[in-house]
Amino acid sequence: MLERALLSPISGRGEQGPRQLARRRQLVAQNAPLVVAVVLVVGMLAIYIVLYAISLSAFPGTFEAASITDHAIPLSLAAVGQTMVILTRGIDLSVGGMMDLTNALAALKIQGGFLTEALWTVIILLIGAAGGLLNGLLVAFGRIQPILVTLGTLSIFQGLALWVLPSPGGHVATGYTSLFLNPNAPSALLWVILLGLAWVAFRRSRLGVQIFATGNDEQSARANSVPVIRTRLLVYVLGGTLAAGAGVALATTSTGGDATGGDVFTLSSIAAAVIGGVSLFGGRGSAVGAICGAFVLTVLIDILFFANVDPLFQPFFQGLFLVLAVGASTLVGRYLMRRR
Amino acid sequence: MSERDGTAVKGAELHKAYGGVLALDDATFSAAPGEVHALVGENGAGKSTMIKSLAGVIRPDRGRVLIGGEEVRLRSPQDALRRGVATVFQELTLLDRMTVAENLMFGREPRGVGRLIRRRDLPAAAEKVLTEHGVDSVDPGELVENLPLHQQQLVEIVRAVIQQPKVLILDEPTSALARREVEWLFGLVRRLRDEGTCVVFTSHRWSEVTDLADRITVFRNGTDVGTHDELSEEDAVSLMTRREVSTAYSQPEQGPERAVVLQAEDLAAPGLHGVALALHAGEILGIGGLEGQGQQELFHALFGLTPTTGQLEVRGKAKHLRSPRDAIRAGIAFIPQDRKSEGLLLSMAVRENLTLPILGQVAAAGVLRPSTERTTAEGMIEQLHIDARWPGQPVGTLSGGNQQKVLLGRWLLADSQILLLYDVTRGVDVATKQDLYSLIIELAGEGRGILFYSSDTDELAHLCHRVLVLREGQIAQELDGPGIPTEDIIGAAFKEETHA
Ligand SMILES: Nc1ncnc2c1ncn2[C@@H]1O[C@H](COP(=O)(O)OP(=O)(O)OP(=O)(O)O)[C@@H](O)[C@H]1O
Ligand SMILES: [Mg+2]
Repeated sequence: MLERALLSPISGRGEQGPRQLARRRQLVAQNAPLVVAVVLVVGMLAIYIVLYAISLSAFPGTFEAASITDHAIPLSLAAVGQTMVILTRGIDLSVGGMMDLTNALAALKIQGGFLTEALWTVIILLIGAAGGLLNGLLVAFGRIQPILVTLGTLSIFQGLALWVLPSPGGHVATGYTSLFLNPNAPSALLWVILLGLAWVAFRRSRLGVQIFATGNDEQSARANSVPVIRTRLLVYVLGGTLAAGAGVALATTSTGGDATGGDVFTLSSIAAAVIGGVSLFGGRGSAVGAICGAFVLTVLIDILFFANVDPLFQPFFQGLFLVLAVGASTLVGRYLMRRR
Repeated sequence: MSERDGTAVKGAELHKAYGGVLALDDATFSAAPGEVHALVGENGAGKSTMIKSLAGVIRPDRGRVLIGGEEVRLRSPQDALRRGVATVFQELTLLDRMTVAENLMFGREPRGVGRLIRRRDLPAAAEKVLTEHGVDSVDPGELVENLPLHQQQLVEIVRAVIQQPKVLILDEPTSALARREVEWLFGLVRRLRDEGTCVVFTSHRWSEVTDLADRITVFRNGTDVGTHDELSEEDAVSLMTRREVSTAYSQPEQGPERAVVLQAEDLAAPGLHGVALALHAGEILGIGGLEGQGQQELFHALFGLTPTTGQLEVRGKAKHLRSPRDAIRAGIAFIPQDRKSEGLLLSMAVRENLTLPILGQVAAAGVLRPSTERTTAEGMIEQLHIDARWPGQPVGTLSGGNQQKVLLGRWLLADSQILLLYDVTRGVDVATKQDLYSLIIELAGEGRGILFYSSDTDELAHLCHRVLVLREGQIAQELDGPGIPTEDIIGAAFKEETHA
């Protein structure tokens, strides 16, 4: 061990103030996008409650809470998977196709007793992993741009979904559905919390750190002994699995199977991830933020409904909101950074 | 040449070609345990290529790499690390969107329940490591991207040292460091050597080489041209360049008093408190002081990179510089220290990098005229002796020193009248340094105003008409030159600390 006295220390960090406070402020600044995402969720919920109260002269109750959470679950899962991929500086456009496919499969197969239902859930998740593996192999070994790879597999998965379920139909067994859906209590919140906790643990695992390092700078990550190729591969597998989970969740929260029902999730998962503060340049972001993003987008639809916006104009307002939210997040982040 | 017991690391008869360019041409380099071995040579001589071969980053086309006397095939930096070779590369490899602590403790994080990383404990663990190695100037909770370059370099060095390597390779570790940090590093290196570690380092500052090295190997054009225990600077330079280069400083003329081109009054920004200065046409105005006393902040403020209060006049006109664009329009050019993050487009051609700010001049009606662009770029490549094989070579593949020259060349082409030169000789070889000195003097002679900061105090002493010494974001003293004694500058920088 090197002794301190033997080396002339280089001091002079400048005035530091109370250490604790400085560090806390540092943390807030470094996590500014996440802070903004949380604030957005709270703000959106407040607006929702006010609008609800104005138009119905009552406050939203457990039924509304349950409805929002149920609807937010598929998007949350998809957005978390998307976030992980974006963290490595990639992107997964095939999320929508994978959700089409798994949604169709779930509607057809998840029924007929506990054992078959459990078995098919596992099979569907494995299909998601396999699809992700395909993406990962092409990106990590084929060295093809993620956007091209997943654009291709998006169509492949969409095609497979239509082959599995040519016309809408089928539905998930009701017993299974109640896992997610409970009109009387937002029990699905439990899943959200579990997802968040899983992320917190994952962030502290070796793979978690390697994902951040890979997205930060590939060369530097290599110099830090990160197996970049393997990390890339695994992140797409995880993304595919989560998209499959989202497909299953979508099948249970909607009335029936639809081989095109997942399409919108390609873009909305990216939107939720971005609102949640992930940096498209990689290496920065959080799944907790992505979950917040998913809730923000879900509540937004309800708000637009209460604001009497013509459904035809919904995409317009959603787009407008996305741009504003991301803009605000960037500005607030910059402000927090500068103020330190 | 003396025989030492065994070799710690050796590259024997290495060849490495990059598309017809021989970076290494039958080069041999070996270092023994318990010695400090300097690897010197001009920019592009192949030092970094040799080091990358020994560190497992690149695989030489031919030749053998030996670690501890045993021939090895290194597939990756981890491979080399596992065999006890830790390297600090010329271009830093910290993960800049992570904190200092995350970088330092990477792969050796404190773990708790279920082998999960205890993120909460990271800063404290990193802090402990840092203080153990005598570094307490770096905040472990800070993101690396927010650290000044010299602190990043410190972190990188500590990160390599805590691997407890048998061979520690440092590729130009001092070029970004301040004087006292260099002293710290030398203390560290000597201690490691005494414990039996083999330390290899490169530097373009001869005083550091003679100070620290037990043996010196000279590289020229991809080959080793001699290993010596003792070597005078003149001999070393003629070995490196095969020509006579004077290492004496040329001094600028004391011209007639000329108009003020840049005047600042009460300039304030974070880390900068009420600075007033006047830069004259034809003047080289030095900025001195210890590292991190507001020099960088001053340059950033004058280039519109930080929000600033106070008055600024450029050639008699009041200006408020809100962005670099404003500054460039006002005829100000800034050549920063960190070429990797500030300004060079590494994957683009040398030619494109040179002509970027003058696109208007090499284009007609918005369409680029390739022939004009090429001749302009070629002229500059010639003038600065940029060692590029062809103007289309991507800048990222040049040697470190040559990248620096491209950055300088760019702003010379832009014909800016006010040059903010921030440590431009960083990583530049002796011969080129001389070229740069003459060039700077020539540019000033043509009537440009030059603000000059260097981490090398000797340069300030010899090159500048005047030197302003900064302390804690304020001008502590003004020294008149040319030919200010180096000790005076250092004395002014330290004044307060000697009282305490
Ligand atoms: N990836 C690459 N592609 C093409 N040429 C390269 C590449 N890497 C290095 N070279 C060339 O190899 C030669 C040796 O470069 P190297 O970086 O080893 O020089 P150096 O001695 O370290 O110089 P410096 O003192 O400037 O750091 C240079 O001519 C450089 O342009
Ligand atoms: Mg080099």
